[in-house]
Amino acid sequence: MNKEFQYVLRMGDNALILGQRMSEWCGHSPFLEEDIAMANCALDHVGRARMLLTHAGVLEQKGRTEDDLAFLRDEREFGNFLMCELPTGDYAFTMIRQYLLDAYHFYLYTELQKSSNNVLVAIAAKALKETTYHVRRSGDWVIKLGDGSEESNQRMQGALDEVWSYTGELFIADEVDDFASAEGIGPTTGLLREYWEAEVLEKLRTAKLTVPNEVWLITGGRDGIHTESMGSLLSEMQFLQRSYPGLEW
Amino acid sequence: MLFSEQRKPCEKAIIRLLERVCDPEIPTLSIKDLGVLRDVYVKNDQIEVVITPTYSGCPAMTVIEADIVECLRSNGYGNVVVTTLLAPAWTTDWLSSKGRETLKEAGIAPPSACGNTGATVKKNIECPLCSSKSVALLSEFGTTACKSLYRCNKCLEPFDYFKCH
Repeated sequence: MNKEFQYVLRMGDNALILGQRMSEWCGHSPFLEEDIAMANCALDHVGRARMLLTHAGVLEQKGRTEDDLAFLRDEREFGNFLMCELPTGDYAFTMIRQYLLDAYHFYLYTELQKSSNNVLVAIAAKALKETTYHVRRSGDWVIKLGDGSEESNQRMQGALDEVWSYTGELFIADEVDDFASAEGIGPTTGLLREYWEAEVLEKLRTAKLTVPNEVWLITGGRDGIHTESMGSLLSEMQFLQRSYPGLEW
Repeated sequence: MLFSEQRKPCEKAIIRLLERVCDPEIPTLSIKDLGVLRDVYVKNDQIEVVITPTYSGCPAMTVIEADIVECLRSNGYGNVVVTTLLAPAWTTDWLSSKGRETLKEAGIAPPSACGNTGATVKKNIECPLCSSKSVALLSEFGTTACKSLYRCNKCLEPFDYFKCH
């Protein structure tokens, strides 16, 4: 198994699946400015997915393109975090998920600027510029809604309780992560966790939200064991290429 | 900018042609003034045009690529390759002064020079219509990925601001 390929592919999958979920808000957000913001951010994720999947295809050396990897793989071959694929839910759920992942990506892409893989350095430099304002926006929403009205606080707390079980997966290192950190391709998950926790716990306190303790940590996404919602996400995303193979605009 | 001085005459001619290719979202702004066009190489019969994306997901990039090929083909250059260069990442600092003027004429406030990603840097944004510096942010996100939405406190008109990147 080509571990560098796996490492890059998983990052591409996270960007692609999260971007696809976010795009579901297009035309449905609470108000126009938010709709535009959500679609803008979704586009940034899909854009970096394209770069990461293209690079993954090069590393794999089997001639697969970004489109092959996005549209012609089955559920079990996707290595994204489960958190990315969870159904959109309400805006509280959307924003808390977004914030936790934006904060994660902020530190990931910051660290990737030191990668031994030059293409990743270039992609990360670009992605970091975008993630910097993603995390500012989602973090602002977490505070506005968490420290808002009684109802908005309750809904945010409910969303945090629900999504927190999925955060453990972000920092579990398997042989692919160990390989990447040993080769200087990416940071250790321990380092990311340290940065992430410092940022997130402080923000949640400010937002008057309580981190649930003693939760069951749900994992499996990176080994291709997904939640029920992944299948329907893929069937929508891949429909065109599956029904009309090779179709082009 | 960033064009090297040592350039074959044929490459200079091609760059002049490519000044006609504009950003599909801002049809008065050329890709050269936008800083998207990075370089042109002519090797044997092949022309390589190097561009760099503004934003990773910018849908205009595909159109720009097609427009480059079309522009050169209609001028008799058939063998064209468009290469996308990711590093160094595009920054609004690459907008030429002509590009900044073009933006303003189109009703879009040009970015204040920033050189970094921080939005906390003090901005110097002017209303493109009445030039007032008393403006308020309406949304960090505007009509395209590269803009945010502002309103002028003096003439009360909303306007797009090409954000620092």
